Parts: sequence; C-alpha cells; structure tokens
Amino acid sequence: MTEGFEPVIIGFTCNWCSYRAADLAGTARVKYAPNVRLIRLMCSGRLDPTFVLKALASGADGVMITGCHPGECHYLEQNYKAMRRYHLLKRMLAQMGVEPGRVKLVWASAAEGVRLAGEITKMVEEVRALGPLNWPTAGAAAALPNKPAALEVPA
Amino acid sequence: MTEKIGVYVCHCGSNIAGMVDVEGVAKWAAERLAHRGVVIARDYKFMCSSLGQELIEKDIKELGLTRVVVAACSPHLHEQTFRTACARAGLNPYLCELVSIREQVSWVHTDKVAATAKAKAVLSGGVERVTHHVPLEPLRVPIHPATLIVGGGIAGIQAALEIADSGTRVYLVEREPSIGGHMAQFDKTFPTLDCSACILTPKMVSVGNHPNITLMTYAEVTKVDGFVGNFEVTVIQKPRYVKVDLCTGCGVCEEKCPKKVDDDIFEVGMGKRKVIYRPFAQAVPKYPVLDRENCTYFIKGTCKACEKFCPTDAIDFEQKEETITLQVGNIILATGFDLFNARRIPQYGLGRLPNVFTSLEFERLCNAAGPTNGNVVMRDGTTVPKSVGIIHCVGSRDENYHAYCSSICCMQSLKFAHLVRERTGAEVYNFYIDIRAPGKGYEEFYHRLLEEGVHFVRGKVAEVSDFARLPGEEGHLIVQVEDTLIGKQRRIPLDMVILSAGLEPRHDAKQVAKVFGISCSADGWYIEKHPKLDPVATMTEGIYIAGAVQGPKDIPASVAQGAAAAARVMGRIQQKEIALEPVRASIDETRCSGCRICNALCPFNAILYHADTALSEVNPALCQGCGTCVAACPAGAISGTVFSDDQVLSQMEGLLLRNLQPVEA
Repeated sequence: MTEGFEPVIIGFTCNWCSYRAADLAGTARVKYAPNVRLIRLMCSGRLDPTFVLKALASGADGVMITGCHPGECHYLEQNYKAMRRYHLLKRMLAQMGVEPGRVKLVWASAAEGVRLAGEITKMVEEVRALGPLNWPTAGAAAALPNKPAALEVPA
Repeated sequence: MTEKIGVYVCHCGSNIAGMVDVEGVAKWAAERLAHRGVVIARDYKFMCSSLGQELIEKDIKELGLTRVVVAACSPHLHEQTFRTACARAGLNPYLCELVSIREQVSWVHTDKVAATAKAKAVLSGGVERVTHHVPLEPLRVPIHPATLIVGGGIAGIQAALEIADSGTRVYLVEREPSIGGHMAQFDKTFPTLDCSACILTPKMVSVGNHPNITLMTYAEVTKVDGFVGNFEVTVIQKPRYVKVDLCTGCGVCEEKCPKKVDDDIFEVGMGKRKVIYRPFAQAVPKYPVLDRENCTYFIKGTCKACEKFCPTDAIDFEQKEETITLQVGNIILATGFDLFNARRIPQYGLGRLPNVFTSLEFERLCNAAGPTNGNVVMRDGTTVPKSVGIIHCVGSRDENYHAYCSSICCMQSLKFAHLVRERTGAEVYNFYIDIRAPGKGYEEFYHRLLEEGVHFVRGKVAEVSDFARLPGEEGHLIVQVEDTLIGKQRRIPLDMVILSAGLEPRHDAKQVAKVFGISCSADGWYIEKHPKLDPVATMTEGIYIAGAVQGPKDIPASVAQGAAAAARVMGRIQQKEIALEPVRASIDETRCSGCRICNALCPFNAILYHADTALSEVNPALCQGCGTCVAACPAGAISGTVFSDDQVLSQMEGLLLRNLQPVEA
C-alpha cells in the first residue's frame, strides 16, 4: 500500500541547540533524508502539544521534537517541561490509535549536527515503514466509529 | 489577503543553485502562492550582496511590499542583514522572514528534485508565517559598565588589563590563591625561550595595583542571574584566615608554620609547601592562605604559631566564607585547561616508574624557583640523567583519549629537548607522530633543535618499561617504539622519560558552563559563536570566552583572545545600551483566569500574580522569551512575540503545502 510513499515529517527545533545542530549539519555537508521540514522555536518548552496534533491532522506522517540535552537548556530547565508534555502526549496519541513511532523526542546539542542528521534519517525510515498516517479530515471524523482503534496505554 | 509579500530566492553562487532549481522555486512561488499575497518573486545570485539588498529595498518602495521573505542561508547568519535592508526601506524589520534553504536543503540533500520540492515547502512556510508577523521594536537595555572576568591566567590577565586601562571597572575572580595560571608554573616559553616569570609577573603586578581592577582570588562564581548588560553575579570568597587589610605580606607566618605538606597544585606534587602559604614567591596578591584541612590548630586545637608571630595581628581563625554580589554588564570566561592525566595510559608507566615525568612536572623541575632550583635531575633528587626521552601526543590525537591535537605539545617538547641539552648535555630522543610547528618562529626553532643534535624518532611509543631484556638495558627505562621512517621496532634505553601530555577541558567545565548558560562541544571546550568570524563571543549575549577554555592554545593565541574579548566588551560598554530581540511573552488579561499554572513554570520568576485582581502578569524585563508559559496556558491567554501560535501553526500549514493555488486543469 505504500509503494513510492515519501513520508513528511515536521521537526520542531530549539533556537539554541537543535536548530544550530541543523545549521552545523549543513555547514559540514552531512547528508540526511529530505523528508523533514523544520520549524524553529525559542525552546522545546514552547512546544504546545496541540502543535503536534495539528501537524498530524494537517498531513504530516510524523513529528520530531528536538531540544537541548537534559541539564543544558538555554532557559535552565524548560526542556524537562517539554519532556513531560511529550510523555503525556504519547499516551494520548496511543489512545487515538496513532503508532508511538510517529512522534519522537530527540536531544541534540549545537555541536551534534551528525547526530541530528542520523536521527532524522532513522526516523524517516521508521515512519516510511509505518506507512502514511491518513489521519481523517474534519469531515470524515464524524463518520468514525465511537471506539478508537487502539486503547493500549504504554506503561 | 491584504498583505503584499515579496519573495527573494538566493542562488548563493552555486551553494544553493547547485542543488535547488532556484529559478523554478521563484516562478512557482509567484504562481502558486499569489493568492496568499505574493506579489513578486525573484531569484538573485547573492541576495546578501549590496545589490541583492537594494533589490529588496527598491521593491518595498516601488511595489509597496508589506512583508518580505528571503529564502537563503540560516537566519543565524543573515537575518540581521535582511532585517536592516527592510528597515532602510521603511519597513519594520520584524516583517521580514529568512528561511534556510542552504543549511537545511541544498547542503544536506543529494537529490535535486527532492531538494527543490523541500525548498518550495520551506519557502511556503515562510510566506504563511510572515503574514502573521507584527511590527516590533527591539528592547533597549542599558549596559552596566563593569565587567566580570573569571580566571586569572594569562588570557584573563590580558583581558582585565585592557578593559581596566580603558577606564571601566573589572572584577577578576580566580579560584586559586594567586593569579598567574599555568604560565606561572613554566620556566621558559617557546620559541623565544623568554623566561616565563619575567614576562608574566609584571603583568600580574599591574593587575594587583590597577585602580580599576578588583582582584578576588581564592573565590568562585556560583550563580549568574540576569542577562546581557545587567548580570547579577554571586561570588563565594573562601576564607583565607588572613585579614587582607592588615596583612603586609611579610611572610613571617609562612616561615614560622611548623608543618609542611605536598603541594599538589602549583608544584604538581614535586615540592612541599607550608600550611599557611603563598603558592609562589611572586604571587599576586601577596597575602597568604591558610589551608584549613591540614592546619594543626584546626585539627588539634593548638599551635597558632602563625598568629603568635604575625607582626600585624592579621591571622583570623574565625574567618567565614563570604558571599559577594556583583553587578556587571559583560562576562569573560578565561578558565583555561587541565593537563591530561597520563596515568590513564598505564603502559607509559606514570606513577609506577619513578623516572617518568609529566610535562608540568618537568616544567617545575627545570624552573629555577622550583623544587630542585632548576637542576634537571631524576626522581631521587641528585642523579643527572644521561639520556632523556620525550613522548609527544600523550592523550592527544588518540581515539582512545582525545582525537584532537593539543596544539602546544610539539613546541613544548622541543623546548624541553633544548632545556635538557642545555642543562645536562644528555642525549635527547623525541618520539613524535608529526611535528606541528605552524607559528611564527616555530619551524625555525625546530630546525635549531635538529642542529643541536636532538634525536627524532617518528612513531607512537607502544610502551615504557623497566624490564631489561637486552644487554645495556639494565637499570634503564626502555622505550619500545616502531620507528616508522626505517620500518623497524626499536628498544631505546633511557634514564628519564617526559610525557608531553595534551590539554583537556577543566574537570568542572560542564558545571561552569551551566552556571553561565553557555554550551560545550562534545569534547568539553566552550563553543564560540562562530569558529572563524566570532571566536571569542558565545551564543549567550554578554558572555565571552578567551584562551584555552575555547580549545587548546599557546600563550600568544591566549593573549590575543584575551585582548579580543576585551575589545568586544569595551565596544559594548561604549554603546551604553544594547538592542535585544523583542522575544517576550505577554498575558491578555481579558482571557486570564488567574489559574496560576504559568507562575511555577517560569524559570526566571518573570510572572507575577496579582492577588487583588486574580490575574497574572509577565514582567518583560525578566522574561527571556522561552515560551513555555505560552504553551501551557489553558485559556490561551498568553502569547509570545516572534513565536506566536498563529506564526507557528501557519508556518506548519505552509510547510505541509496546504496553501497552494490549485493548478488549473
């Protein structure tokens, strides 16, 4: 069903670390899959979980959230808040029937261009294996059965 | 759509155009994004050139553009350039958006079709986003004229003197009892063989006497609050147990103190010091420090010899740790390096074989003020070695330890070779991988050493042992090495071996980086803003780095960086105020329910709660614009400039290409 399927992934980056890691990957000409499109935030703490839901609802097949390593946040500790929201969001997505592999949290410091590029390529392949998300549009949602497809909550 | 958007796609020579169909992207934007407000889309060889910028300015004036999107390099490089161009043409600079199709597209992808498609998506994201931009004014904050310099090595000393000479206050904080750093431990400096102390101590004295420098030794910075221009720094002054206002530095206390202990810091374990001591004779400041852990009075409750003999009653056993708060506008970090611990390479025998020395140990050994008065002797303290081996790249250029080159070890080893020849006449063997002598006069120094009859063996030493196998090896250290120039294994018996250990970041570099809010590279060196064009600034405004804290460096380079950081700070002080990005959160009080969820989330305590009105309010002076509260507010009452919900979500719509004009069938 996924012949020739090219996933689209929205990546949220922190202005101080992962966006600069992306810049560094560029400067060093490190190659990665072209399926990711980045949005710059000031901090991973700015990430409103609804951004992720909106991305998935608007056609993205996966979302990568990136931020500074624990303890290295430019705003002291806001990446921990992003991490908490991420875990909560993962539970919610599971209840909605979205495979856990579609949303990922990656830490990347400003020096880790190679690491970020590797993580992006890895995630693109993982999402490619999952296939298109095909999230129902607003109109089709009304026709959904009451029971969600998956109810398991990760431990 | 009321906005008139101009789109400019940069070729960047072939940097972008080599992988992205730049003309195609511009044409596509003009057609498919016209209904989103794009009135003009151009491509140009170099948008950042003055001609490229003039193109934008002309269009703003002639076409009445209300928004500008430039698709070029990273905003961290040229955002300011294009904002300024817009401002010149009368458009608020924050109505311009720079999207990266170089770092994020052409440089990282290999498929031209996919790269062009991604460039279109990235551009479309910028077009959607810019529609939601609002005109902003930069925040202007005053710059406090005082500067904090952390670390009193040669880089910090140079920076302190430069700034103090320009007439503003400098606080120089040093962890050890005296300034001087590693340079104070050295005997000679390469390649000129200047006496290290002779060129350093006059500078140290100038620091000590300078009316604009407040010297705080035996002190550490524990906390930094605030932001560029207005830092509040907490310094812990450790107790010296000496009243510095009474002490004359006469040295009687040191003389009378009955107890000696190993000096592991300044003499790197090679010599002894008293319990109340100055680390070396030319220490600045001149006041001694009492080492509480080893003091007989603090251990047993009796002694107080220092107190009895002090002619000015300056000893104070009751002294307590003191917390000092400083207000400064800028900070320079010059905390230097640690020597690689060569015990981590057990086959080189440091600590096990007595006549294996580290480079710093050897520096003390040949220093006239050192434990042997400058006599190069073996560990027994009397025997003069007849043959000495110097191993280069110990812990450097080695994947098992540090992959980087420590940059100073070659020259340092050549210096050692010269000093050994000069002082003892011994045969000297240098075991090197490559000789790296790129500085001024360095190559010439290498040639001088070749002429002095020093042996050079090209190869990485496998082992230093005392296990004699062949005649003539008994009682010697044997260096096992492959001589790669003749392609043979060699065993060279020697009396003494010096390990030219590499440099590594301070053991607490990561914690210190956290205190100051800057980042370390994977190796642990502090990251500069730009490796070539901004080597002394950091990503954090108002915090600069100088010397070996940024990477291995010799004395001339450290001095240059100290002076460079000082120049940057002096420029800031001269400007008197700085324009900051107006990235701030604000609360719409008509929507705030007073739930206080945001209050606890703010790491800067910038959100105040007014109990009388049951509303929260953001203090813009404290807000740093991270946006965590914006994301958390359940009522959507908080919004952030530059990164509002509208901006992020519309950019996302654009990136997912949900905004295109349908192609007519």
